[in-house]
Amino acid sequence: MDKFTTLTGIAAPLPLINVDTDMIIPKQFLKTIKRSGLGVNLFDEMRYDTDGNENPDFVLNKPAYRNAEILVAGDNFGCGSSREHAPWAIKDFGIRCVIAPSFADIFYNNCFKNGILPIVLPQEDVDKLMDDAERGANAIITVDLENQTITGPDGGSISFEIDSFKKHCLLNGLDDISLTLEKAAAIDTFEDRAAQSRPWV
Amino acid sequence: MTAAKTLYDKIWDAHVVHEAEDGTCLLYIDRHLVHEVTSPQAFEGLRMAGRQVRAPEKTIAVPDHNVPTTTDRAKGIDNEESRIQVEALDSNAKDFGINYYPVSDIRQGIVHIVGPEQGWTLPGMTVVCGDSHTATHGAFGALAHGIGTSEVEHVLATQTLIQKKSKNMKVEITGQLRPGVTAKDITLAVIGKTGTAGGNGHVIEYCGEAIRALSMEGRMTVCNMAIEGGARAGLIAPDETTFEYVMGRPHAPKGAQWEAALNWWKTLKTDEGAHFDKVVTIRGEDIAPVVTWGTSPEDVLPITETVPAPEDFKGGKVDAARRSLEYMGLKPGTPLSEIPIDAVFIGSCTNGRIEDLRAAAAILKGKHIAPGVRGMVVPGSGLVRMQAEEEGLAEIFQDAGFEWRMAGCSMCLAMNPDQLAPEERCASTSNRNFEGRQGFKGRTHLMSPAMAAAAAITGRLTDVRNLM
Ligand code: SF4
Repeated sequence: MDKFTTLTGIAAPLPLINVDTDMIIPKQFLKTIKRSGLGVNLFDEMRYDTDGNENPDFVLNKPAYRNAEILVAGDNFGCGSSREHAPWAIKDFGIRCVIAPSFADIFYNNCFKNGILPIVLPQEDVDKLMDDAERGANAIITVDLENQTITGPDGGSISFEIDSFKKHCLLNGLDDISLTLEKAAAIDTFEDRAAQSRPWV
Repeated sequence: MTAAKTLYDKIWDAHVVHEAEDGTCLLYIDRHLVHEVTSPQAFEGLRMAGRQVRAPEKTIAVPDHNVPTTTDRAKGIDNEESRIQVEALDSNAKDFGINYYPVSDIRQGIVHIVGPEQGWTLPGMTVVCGDSHTATHGAFGALAHGIGTSEVEHVLATQTLIQKKSKNMKVEITGQLRPGVTAKDITLAVIGKTGTAGGNGHVIEYCGEAIRALSMEGRMTVCNMAIEGGARAGLIAPDETTFEYVMGRPHAPKGAQWEAALNWWKTLKTDEGAHFDKVVTIRGEDIAPVVTWGTSPEDVLPITETVPAPEDFKGGKVDAARRSLEYMGLKPGTPLSEIPIDAVFIGSCTNGRIEDLRAAAAILKGKHIAPGVRGMVVPGSGLVRMQAEEEGLAEIFQDAGFEWRMAGCSMCLAMNPDQLAPEERCASTSNRNFEGRQGFKGRTHLMSPAMAAAAAITGRLTDVRNLM
């Protein structure tokens, strides 16, 4: 998995609440059997019209935000389905960090498996960053995972909370499966015990 | 004395393989359900790393999202990408030796309907699937939740999941439901009250007299939409209704093992005095038949109400409501019961079980779908379809002018040919009314099977109580 240490990039504002996974990547793009290539269809139904032309008003189509690497969004971002295509599409577009007042559970977890850092901040802080992000290419934000800080274009700094294990894995690009397989003996023991106590499983 | 535990605490504790100092746990997974959309990349990952499926006997796969539901589907899938995805599952199931119900099998259906039907889902289990509606299985008192594809790969390889414990939330529905009110109305009413983020970070236990009175089918409907309320999972403590449903299913325990299982299952309930971090109580008598008006499942109102205005809301919801109303093509102040519909969809893992079809058929019997409205009934599994045919329900639907389809997810998410056209308005028994969910620019109103049947007859959203 890709490491995430620090990121300095343009932040794009998406001031909508309940941005669901169908908006992030509509179902017609779930038919792939690959993880890559979904970036062009990120936010497809907002980003393009019925003929496939770009909608110039959509934030990621504006020249200032085409290279955005950070997304600032509203409450309950990523609600809906478990599709990991949502973080795959976000990452494939080039976004590595999403900041919102809250995230849906499964989406939040899926981000970490893909080297994306989701940051939960109080509404006032998100509002401030949303303001910053509105300033387009002049809004360069720096996210420092090690120190758990976000520095805005004016130099003001905000700190954020994150689960220590998730942070450790992201900082070092650790793959969960290898980590778990180190505990294979504990899984064996558990299965032996369960075979006695719950043999019907 | 040990501390009082919730049902969630008990199932959790019984499955912890390892706990790190920061509380991160390795949780053992008893059942892993797999479908074609969220699994190909996981199997590919296994192959690339040279790994096997650790417990193929606990892994069950069935194609459902992409499969056509027309009766001629044996001829194959036209859409190339869909076909490739289903074929990938065919070969992955074979290569890794997991339990499999291919499209040609009468037992094929929506993964969340097949699991319980075949007795794979049992009380006290941990159940996962790369699908958010895995919450359905919580109806059995199983800890069941959706996972992403990386986690699917993790479970395939290790039969465990890395998890932190969620908080406990109690949703109590007291008293009794009024006539015409169903499990779907309960679950929508709860989301209407808590909002789609109300359950974030929590596992919900549904309890109370009105929940106890529900059949297993109804309980599955309630738990199915726990995810729409933001919860990690929904749970209902197992009882005689549960045991009766499970007994005799193909993969349920038998003989002495049944007795042993039953002994344990009977302990699976929340202890007196156990702590809940959040409690919501709704009087069963206060729940009316509801419909959604917007593009979030929290946009719920009794059918007797009118379309709200954006100004009725606060904060970010004002803009969200404005956007929803525009998308849905609705004007504030319009009585919900005057909204005309173009299509009716009865099916999905929320409401594609036999009881749902019975409820819809009871309303439709001897009646006909309104002119210009197209109706589709899609049983949740081949076995549900067969049973409905035996009970004469299929005939009622067909006589009423509905299409009688083969099992699959169908128009619940329109990854297959069953889709709404732009601006087509649908009375749907599924679980998501998101923009584009049932087809590009399609408009979805969620409701119960009986309400969907009522809408079919009148051609507009309708209070089913007027037809009873
Ligand atoms: S029926 Fe709908 S919600 Fe259920 S698994 Fe299929 S697509 Fe998902």
